Amino acid sequence: MRHVAPFRATSYPVTAYIGRRLLQMIPMMLGISLVLFAIIQATPGGPEAALLGTGRAVDPQALAAYRHRMGVDEPVPVQYVRWLTAALSGDLGESFSTGRPVSRMILERLPATLELMGAAFLIAVLAALALGIFSAVRQYSAFDFLGTGFSFLGIAMPVFWFALILQLVFGVWLRWLPISGRETVGVATLADHLKHLILPASVLSLRYIAGWSRYLRSSLLGALRADYVRTARAKGLPERTVVGVHAVRNALIPVVSVMALNLADLFSGAVITETVFAWPGIGRMFVTAMYARDYNVLMGILLMGSLMVLVFNLVADVVYGILDPRIRYG
Amino acid sequence: MASLVVFVLIAAACLAAPVIAPYRFDAIDLRAMSQAPSLHHLMGTDGLGRDLFTRVLYGGRLSILIGLLSAALATGAGTLVGAVAGYYGGFVDSVLMRLTDVAYAIPSLPLLIVLASFTQADATSIAVIIGLLSWMGTARVVRAEVLSLRTTAFVEAARALGASTRRIIGRHILPNAVGPIVVGATLAVGNAIIAESSLSFLGLGVQAPVPTWGNLLQDATSTMATYPWLTIFPGLAILVVVLAVNFLGDGLQDALDPTARSS
Repeated sequence: MRHVAPFRATSYPVTAYIGRRLLQMIPMMLGISLVLFAIIQATPGGPEAALLGTGRAVDPQALAAYRHRMGVDEPVPVQYVRWLTAALSGDLGESFSTGRPVSRMILERLPATLELMGAAFLIAVLAALALGIFSAVRQYSAFDFLGTGFSFLGIAMPVFWFALILQLVFGVWLRWLPISGRETVGVATLADHLKHLILPASVLSLRYIAGWSRYLRSSLLGALRADYVRTARAKGLPERTVVGVHAVRNALIPVVSVMALNLADLFSGAVITETVFAWPGIGRMFVTAMYARDYNVLMGILLMGSLMVLVFNLVADVVYGILDPRIRYG
Repeated sequence: MASLVVFVLIAAACLAAPVIAPYRFDAIDLRAMSQAPSLHHLMGTDGLGRDLFTRVLYGGRLSILIGLLSAALATGAGTLVGAVAGYYGGFVDSVLMRLTDVAYAIPSLPLLIVLASFTQADATSIAVIIGLLSWMGTARVVRAEVLSLRTTAFVEAARALGASTRRIIGRHILPNAVGPIVVGATLAVGNAIIAESSLSFLGLGVQAPVPTWGNLLQDATSTMATYPWLTIFPGLAILVVVLAVNFLGDGLQDALDPTARSS
């Protein structure tokens, strides 16, 4: 008999819960869009800056026409409502510097970013599991102390500096790995692709390995003292089963929800990582757009990032409920 | 406690930079360009022959100052929002907490980048922006504390004695919630130092010639392969200080919360 309760046949259907949560996301998104719009409106520069940035004198008539075409000569509330209705139909306006639709630009870059985030997430989950379980099972061992030291380092280290040091060691000194881009031009093999992925994904995962392994360690230490673990041991189950099936399964519950929550701020980390490694994703596009004061692009990316956060929060709650049958979807 | 000593030592060294530093932070020495670390130049020199050890000391002044300032701001704002929301509850609570949710949901670093690009890059405005984007955690923690303290007997007693709301919150509730607030504040210092360095790295932090750890690193990246010490030392400085502050926070957590299992 397993001491972990089986997946429960829900009395409250999860779908109804998800539906209600999705509805609650609407006012949140409205609030977020309002805040973002207000911030971007406060930007000095704006589209004229993009046009005037060339250093040439601009004909006032041409400028007025440009402003009119971009819709920035209208009252701010009108701009907001128009922007919002357009955004709802997937139209995020066009980039001031390239003149292309923002949504298409984002979609083009999205795969690269998702690939990086996915790889980092995978590395982080596996490493954190191994590190956390080992540290807890061998509490106060040399390995445990090493793990603690590593976590503190991982959390205190600026992401970009860690990236630079890895570039220095593996790219410049050892020459093992490429330090920029997503693939070597003309060599689009899988191996080449993976080689490019290793360093940025490791950099991005560091912080999460550090955080999650600590979290899992303390959660597992708690679980190992629980009555059901003592019962399992008393039944004479092998230690491997006791730890692996009974304790870890329960210790993972809070950790998994933290993982899902953190998935969202992987995106913040991706901005820095992509910039250092010249990874052609959304993060790098964001930094480029910032230098160009291309605020439709900035706004589009921020909006997409916020949506990602809300969705991952929802995922965190649902996963939590699935793993822990005591949680009721109220 | 060792962490406190380390932090204070480094902070003091940075503060005393004009006395300790062997050179002026902007002293250019063209005969000593890009030298590797040596006895004359403990951390080497940069492309203009400026002594890196001196510049790291001076850089620390601003980096640590920004860290402290924005942590103070974030803690103050977070405590205020959390206390008001938790104490009054109801409509005020919902409005403030939805606001917190919204602020939480916008990816922080990209937003920080956008805001930093608006301001002229001086230390104060950078500190203010970082502070204003990191109060949400404290607000939630304080709210939860206040919610549970609000119904305790000693708060009831204070209210029965006719104490004003401000006095109840300030004198009776918050002192009992000081543990998580202080711990949050120390962690905020470390995070703010890292945030400043990230901004500087993207060219949005405090501008040269005044050094900060972040802009020292930014200058170093282009010559990283040939002059690696320029990248290594400022980063180590950040690492050590943030590490010290985080250890301090960890220690405080154990010290202030007797129920916490020290692990």
